Amino acid sequence: MYELTRSQKQIQKAARDFSKGEFDKDLAMEMDEQHQVPCEILASAVELGFLGIQYETEYSGGGMGLFENALIAEELCRKDCSIGSALMLSVSGAEALLRFGSKEQKQKFLPGLADGDLRFGAAFNENGMSGLLSAGKTIAVKKDDGFLINGDKRFVIHGSGASLYIVLCRVLGDDGTDQGPCLILVEAQQGGVQIKKAGDTVGLCMTSFSDLCFENVKVPLSNLIGKQGKGLEYAKSCMDETRILIAAIALGTAQGALDRAIDYVKQREQFGRKIARFEVTRQKIADMAVQVESARLFTYHAAKSFDKKQLDPKVSFMAKIVSTSAAVEVADEAIQLLGGYGYMKEYEVERFYRDAKALNLLLGSGQVQKNSIAEKVIGRI
Amino acid sequence: MEILKYSEDHNRFRNRLRKLLEIEVAPHIDQWDKELLIPKPVWQKMGQEGFLCMSVAPEYGGQGLDFLYSVIVIEEVARINYFSFFIHLHSDIVVPYIDSYASHELKKKYLPGCVSGDIITAVAMTEPGAGSDLASIATTAVEEGDEIVLNGSKTFISNGVNCDLVVVAARNPQEENPYSAISLYLVEAGIPGFKKGKQLAKMGMHSQDTAELFFTNCRIPAKNILGQKGGGFLMLMEKLQQERLICAVGGIWSAKSILDYTLDYFKSRIGEEKSIARSQAAQFAFAEMSTQVSLGQTFVDNLVVRHMEKEQVVTETCMAKYWTTDLAKDIAGRCIDLLGDFGAMESCPVAKVYKDIRVMPIFAGTNEIMKGIIAKSLGF
Repeated sequence: MYELTRSQKQIQKAARDFSKGEFDKDLAMEMDEQHQVPCEILASAVELGFLGIQYETEYSGGGMGLFENALIAEELCRKDCSIGSALMLSVSGAEALLRFGSKEQKQKFLPGLADGDLRFGAAFNENGMSGLLSAGKTIAVKKDDGFLINGDKRFVIHGSGASLYIVLCRVLGDDGTDQGPCLILVEAQQGGVQIKKAGDTVGLCMTSFSDLCFENVKVPLSNLIGKQGKGLEYAKSCMDETRILIAAIALGTAQGALDRAIDYVKQREQFGRKIARFEVTRQKIADMAVQVESARLFTYHAAKSFDKKQLDPKVSFMAKIVSTSAAVEVADEAIQLLGGYGYMKEYEVERFYRDAKALNLLLGSGQVQKNSIAEKVIGRI
Repeated sequence: MEILKYSEDHNRFRNRLRKLLEIEVAPHIDQWDKELLIPKPVWQKMGQEGFLCMSVAPEYGGQGLDFLYSVIVIEEVARINYFSFFIHLHSDIVVPYIDSYASHELKKKYLPGCVSGDIITAVAMTEPGAGSDLASIATTAVEEGDEIVLNGSKTFISNGVNCDLVVVAARNPQEENPYSAISLYLVEAGIPGFKKGKQLAKMGMHSQDTAELFFTNCRIPAKNILGQKGGGFLMLMEKLQQERLICAVGGIWSAKSILDYTLDYFKSRIGEEKSIARSQAAQFAFAEMSTQVSLGQTFVDNLVVRHMEKEQVVTETCMAKYWTTDLAKDIAGRCIDLLGDFGAMESCPVAKVYKDIRVMPIFAGTNEIMKGIIAKSLGF
């Protein structure tokens, strides 16, 4: 349905080979249970250039697009959704700097990318993982020699391992005048930054989520990204990218669950025949395949449009809904097809089910997303 | 009109149980989930207070109470969202096999311990190769003099680690007709040839000890048979009505409990500015879920009454089992969506239940098996 170019096929195959070589089921079960970030696999993924492929080459990116990044996400998550998502989400967060930062800022902050230190935290929201951007409670007072930041941010993806945060805050002049929402860079070691685990999640257990607390954090004025007052706009644009990435992660998760279900029904015998011969089993698999393919079409379409700078903003919301819902439903049906084994950790689909649910909630549940779509579809009344 | 007529005695029983669960059980759930086991003294405490095997006759140490007491136990355990506490499996599924089919001698020997909680029971039907297809059980039972020799392995056995006594389904290798080959035997844990496997790691229900059981030339007295030789399949079928009804009661009460929790959570936020409790879509979601729970509750309560009147409601219990357990699963998913990021946290009760109850549409006959039985009853 979507023709891939030769180089895209090579990227896809490389990602598949990498996941086969590096991902291990027993290790994954353990890291999931211990809520551990897969640091070693992350390091080798960075070294081999799988992460940050969408960033410019001069900042150690791969000079490719979001589409290629989505292909990698799909392949890695197909093999193991928890490891794959942890890897893919670990480089998200730098988008704002890469897309809207000045050359000086990039030169100052981005060399770390080359060392494999790719961890950025996008601190955009204050209301949990809902994805509703807000800059209400984090205030940066602009003084002559810098910003003084106070406030809390919640659910920063991979916030605990990040070395640099991109913080959405409201800038006030020294006299208290509102100068609008802005994105400001804050280094993690900066005095006054407190990082707290947001708590253990039910799925995506290898991805850490952190709450940040800024108490009189002082950063130079040169840490402002782009123009003053544009912060919300920039953040929204970054979220488009992250939503499409999540759609790709969910697509891989759905495909991975379907793969496992197909393998199982072809070898499991009950009532004297393979259960893949029962019509209801076959139709369930067909339904699952339809969902996976819909997720693929939507995700690829969104990623391609993004790369062409023709993304209709509602499409990123739609792709995320379609793909994460597909992941939840396909993983659920995979559990059912595997029966008792589906409920056992060893057979993995239970982890796909939990991760799918977390992906569904990340950056806002369907409920929240639908309101955003409606706003765009209905327009002014 | 209430369908289930609870008496004053029932209500007193419920209140005593609720108190006990709140004090002795609820505060320890996280700990037991970590330890992957419910300590045996908890079972004994339940037994001492009369909350196990209520239907067993006083002659064997029980209270001879009606099925409504069992319903109360399931409801109250669901109320604290503790689905790993499989006391109903013991009281209302396994022990009834002994109560209905064991000899007077075996009943004298085992039932008082079952009632007191000193003996925890399990039933071993499922095998690695025989899940939905019960007739393909491969564990063999061969008569040698006045002994039976068991060989084979069982899997997904609930209470498999804690159990002291197991009802084992095994086949006579000489009998070709699978429906008259299976017999049920009582096997004590700890005897030579009977080994418990390691606990299986599951998505949820962590303190529900689920394990594999292995029988290798395991010798038991021939008199440990339940009912007639070769009558196993029939006995299993006969008891499945109650087993599935219990699943349905569990399903509807889980759904109700999740919904109540989420609704309370929302209501506590109505006053807040920009509260999601003001969302019309959320309110409609609650309206839909409440409707489903009410409809399901009516159907299940009605089945409880008919079951107590000894009616054959096999098909209807299959309908109830499949519908309520799917409902519980769906409602857990929807409530998580409504709770947002809190719903995704391990610390949220609904998230925990989401993982626990995913097994409901699978156990006691998958919901696909239920639909097969229903279809058959429609004349197919």
